[in-house]
Amino acid sequence: MRYLYYPGCSAEATGRAYDISTRALMAKLGVELIELDDWNCCGATSYFSVRELDSFAIAARNMAIAQQQGDEDLVAICNACYTTLSKTNRYMNDSDEVFKAVNGALGAVGRSYDGTKRVRHIMDVLVNDVGLESIAGKVTRRLTGIKVAPYYGCQYSRPMGTFDDPEFPTTMDAFFKALGAEVVDYPSKVKCCGGMMMMTKEDAALRMCHELLKTAADKGADVMVAACPLCEMNLEAYQPRVNAAFGTHFKIPVMYFTQLAGLAFGVEPKKLAIDLQIVSCDDVLAAIPA
Amino acid sequence: MAEEKSGAKIGVYICHCGTNIAGKVNVEEVTKWAATQPNVAVAREYKYMCSDPGQDLIKNDIKELGITRAVVAACSPTMHEPTFRKAASDGGLNPYLLQMANIREHCSWVTIDPAAATAKAKRILSAQIHRLPLNESLDPIEVPVNHDVLVVGGGIAGIEAALKLSATGKHVTLVERNPSIGGHMAMFDKTFPTLDCAACILTPKMSALGKDPNITLMAYSEVEYVEGYVGNFTVKIRKKARYVNTDTCTGCGACQEACVVRKVRSEFDQGLGFRSAIYIPFAQAVPLRATIDPTKCLTLSKGKCKQQSCVPACGPGAIDFEQKDEVVEIDVGAIIMATGFELWDATQESRYGYGRLDNVITSLEFERISNASGPTGGEIVCKNGEAPKSVAILHCVGSRDENYQEFCSRVCCMYSLKFSHLIKEHLPETEVYELYIDMRCYGKNYEEFYKRLMDEGVNFIRGRAAEVTDVALSPEEEGHLVVKTEDTLLGIVRRIPADMVILSAGLSPAHDAKEVSQVFGFGCSANGFYLERHPKLEPVATVTDGIFIAGCCQYPKDIPDTVAQAGAAAAGVLGLVDNDTVKVEPTISYIDPEKCSGCHICVGLCPHNAIQYNEEKNAAEVIEAACKGCGVCVSACGSDVPQQRGYLDTQIFAEIEGALAV
Amino acid sequence: MTELATTPQAKAVHKAFIDDVMRMPAGEKIKICQQCGTCTGSCPTSYLMDYGPREVIGAFRAGMIDKVVKSNTIWLCTSCYYCTVRCPAGIKITDLMYELKRLGMKYDLLPKSSTNPAMTKYFIDSVRKHGRNHEVELIGKFVMTKNPGLALKFTGVGAKLFFGGRLPLFAKNIRGRDELGKIAAYLEAEEAKVQ
Repeated sequence: MRYLYYPGCSAEATGRAYDISTRALMAKLGVELIELDDWNCCGATSYFSVRELDSFAIAARNMAIAQQQGDEDLVAICNACYTTLSKTNRYMNDSDEVFKAVNGALGAVGRSYDGTKRVRHIMDVLVNDVGLESIAGKVTRRLTGIKVAPYYGCQYSRPMGTFDDPEFPTTMDAFFKALGAEVVDYPSKVKCCGGMMMMTKEDAALRMCHELLKTAADKGADVMVAACPLCEMNLEAYQPRVNAAFGTHFKIPVMYFTQLAGLAFGVEPKKLAIDLQIVSCDDVLAAIPA
Repeated sequence: MAEEKSGAKIGVYICHCGTNIAGKVNVEEVTKWAATQPNVAVAREYKYMCSDPGQDLIKNDIKELGITRAVVAACSPTMHEPTFRKAASDGGLNPYLLQMANIREHCSWVTIDPAAATAKAKRILSAQIHRLPLNESLDPIEVPVNHDVLVVGGGIAGIEAALKLSATGKHVTLVERNPSIGGHMAMFDKTFPTLDCAACILTPKMSALGKDPNITLMAYSEVEYVEGYVGNFTVKIRKKARYVNTDTCTGCGACQEACVVRKVRSEFDQGLGFRSAIYIPFAQAVPLRATIDPTKCLTLSKGKCKQQSCVPACGPGAIDFEQKDEVVEIDVGAIIMATGFELWDATQESRYGYGRLDNVITSLEFERISNASGPTGGEIVCKNGEAPKSVAILHCVGSRDENYQEFCSRVCCMYSLKFSHLIKEHLPETEVYELYIDMRCYGKNYEEFYKRLMDEGVNFIRGRAAEVTDVALSPEEEGHLVVKTEDTLLGIVRRIPADMVILSAGLSPAHDAKEVSQVFGFGCSANGFYLERHPKLEPVATVTDGIFIAGCCQYPKDIPDTVAQAGAAAAGVLGLVDNDTVKVEPTISYIDPEKCSGCHICVGLCPHNAIQYNEEKNAAEVIEAACKGCGVCVSACGSDVPQQRGYLDTQIFAEIEGALAV
Repeated sequence: MTELATTPQAKAVHKAFIDDVMRMPAGEKIKICQQCGTCTGSCPTSYLMDYGPREVIGAFRAGMIDKVVKSNTIWLCTSCYYCTVRCPAGIKITDLMYELKRLGMKYDLLPKSSTNPAMTKYFIDSVRKHGRNHEVELIGKFVMTKNPGLALKFTGVGAKLFFGGRLPLFAKNIRGRDELGKIAAYLEAEEAKVQ
């Protein structure tokens, strides 16, 4: 199995651990990831706020490069990248105007894109292409007894809803069940973490993260897993600030789901960048049966 | 005014239709022009041709001028063709020797420039003037009519229709797929706005039907096959095996007490209560007979029930595990479909937590809880057996929603109000919240009912609930469900703690409505309900003559409207089966057996199943009563054999020549 | 229907809004809003907004959309898409919010209370410069200009992130970074033609 791989901007900075652990995990599963050549920022939410066509066009630049680079699907790890690239595909296909404008803009730099490059979320690839049975079969260290709260975040299945349900997605739950973990019933799993608001309106974002952490703690979660660098950052790096603002004492490790998953396949914590975590994961690491 | 060899003498009548035509078309000019056309004996104009004096013009000209053909240039034939054909007939002229030229819907109403409209009117009229000499006299075809009627569905609509028909002496067969008649109404507690007990007003009708000598009740049966046409339907009905002899069973219910399989989720109780594998669905069932569920009975599904305790328990010895389905065939003249609705599956709206969160229930489930004969004995309680201190009723679940059902389900606002009242009546201290977008209280005494509920202290919040959750964000919310909604009249978001959430789910078409409609040969509308012939003027007829629809199978509606429609359908049926024959339009297809090569193409193509293959003659044959004159066979035949009377090729070509001649 | 659009600016913003919305896929659905409030009820930040999403559409209908653009509303939208997914009329409300942000940027009608527009601008600058969003540059610039106090709050977290290698100081430039500028220039020129 081969995929073109779109790491996303955070993967080089705050989200480094996500990139590192993804590569390690996929290597273990025998999936080849070919990094997209000269990929640019997808634009995320910010570009839409300035000019919609710009956003589609720069996102499409990535897909145009991908079409040149190979026939494989383009996999994104970050929810926002996945949604922005998918949205570009959908709007280009739904609107002649968008299609023409995007190709006009790409034409100005000698590129073109026909709107057909399939964009996949990494969890979609894992659950639907690699397959849960195959994954369960390859597990060497079952996560028995580890209570996992899967945090999907907003842009995992909204608004596209292509590979999982927008209101109650279950792919991440199923994935961790296949790894032997005890998946906690976590109703807040698709609530917003505040995203960029953590920088621009901190009190709102802290309140949202407080609800997410509290529900996870109330349900007895040992660890939360996330699929988006911004979500992970807000829940983990800002956990001390949540505690300060609300008088709580959360110490919940928040990992990228690929980090926790990698452990189940016997990858060393260091190779999964678990040493880069801010909230200590030692308890979880110790709890996983050998 | 040259006369053709055919000797045709055409009368031309041009209608002003007030200013509808005359306001755009220069009627005077067209009349003068028409008088100069070939075969035209007289050309007249009149303000309102459809009026009595207008019609008299035609009649008089037939008598006094001896005209042999007529054309009325006026509105669409769908408006007044029957009127003018009758006028011709009254005047002594065969009605099919009169044509209409549509210079209103096809001309004055759709053309902006008066000169263009006048020219077009001439062309339209010319087409008819050219074809009229080729028209032939035709006589309506009379087909015998069977006086018996089939009613499909034993809810309030079907029951009412059957009783009304029986009262006129007609014989009715009523087929119901469930073991008992009664439909959804039998499940309700009280009905709005009178708060009549549903069972109290329904069971007398059910009982009367069960005893009615004119009505053959086939419960636990389904229609498998229908063939035929208006006045002459043959229907195959499968009477499913109850594994109980219905002649000897007395409905005493001893068997269901004795049965070893006791915990089957009761369909009648919406899964909230239990029944046995052998069961009587509810105490007032008609027919009051036991039925064995073959999927749950150990003997029938697994071949082993050691005790078979139902057998000794049954006094008359009515249990019969060897019983088989029975297929019967009946002939009827007309059919009324009254197959009702299903409640929209609220699991689909996952943000309300139905099926995931305890104490989120649907409207039908609440009816059973509130009903004294229901699984809780009429006590309004949560799953833990305690009375709720706060109940939220959410409107428009699955309705008015592009993601699910776009239409408004019409009865939910009223039944929600009813629920509020019932809760306040049972539990005066409980807070009740109604979350609505609009309050649709359109019927007689409905608005007054709404005011009454306001008076009873129900909290009305205008806002469509965003979600129902069990995640508590404050101590007050612990242990409760929380309904999050914007109160749009105040412009604030509210979190309402509730112990019970009732989802006012919409009414959906039955899951197999499409398949059923195809068995009978009529259609469904885009929203999945059965399609009526005309949304305003013919709400209970279908496009298929002889088949009528009534009740929620046509569209969601309350009980008064259902009963009214059932009566209307019965009247429609009587208009048909009260006569010995029914007249069928003669402008239908005719296949000359000498010319037909027997290729069968038209047989399969006919959308009305009106062509059958005659083995003896080795030719296709049109069933005259079923043919609707659509022309498919005429165009499909490679040898140009089928000819549609009144629309012969020669006639159509003459119209074209006439239109081009101007 | 729009009698509250009394100033020339109000009229201009109103017209720009409706023209753009009508050109978006499913944009015309804005006309069938039932004002049911599902959007506002689902929105995680509506409790802070001057105008909730439902009121935004109501305000547009009354000719007050310029007031919405000037309010804190649109910059509080996190793009969580709950409103879009749940709207029974099929209105893409998140896209409407983006459109209003664009109008805010275009007409320079930015609320003083929100630092979000600044963050957005720095994001775009960073991407134009490097081809990718350089997080340190973005956060650094933002904190320095808009919220120095945040720098103090952030040092604890920042230090941990930095020493964890999660805040690289130097940006990687992509080879094709000029392309992004050219794309933008092309689209600006096209837009100017239409106007």
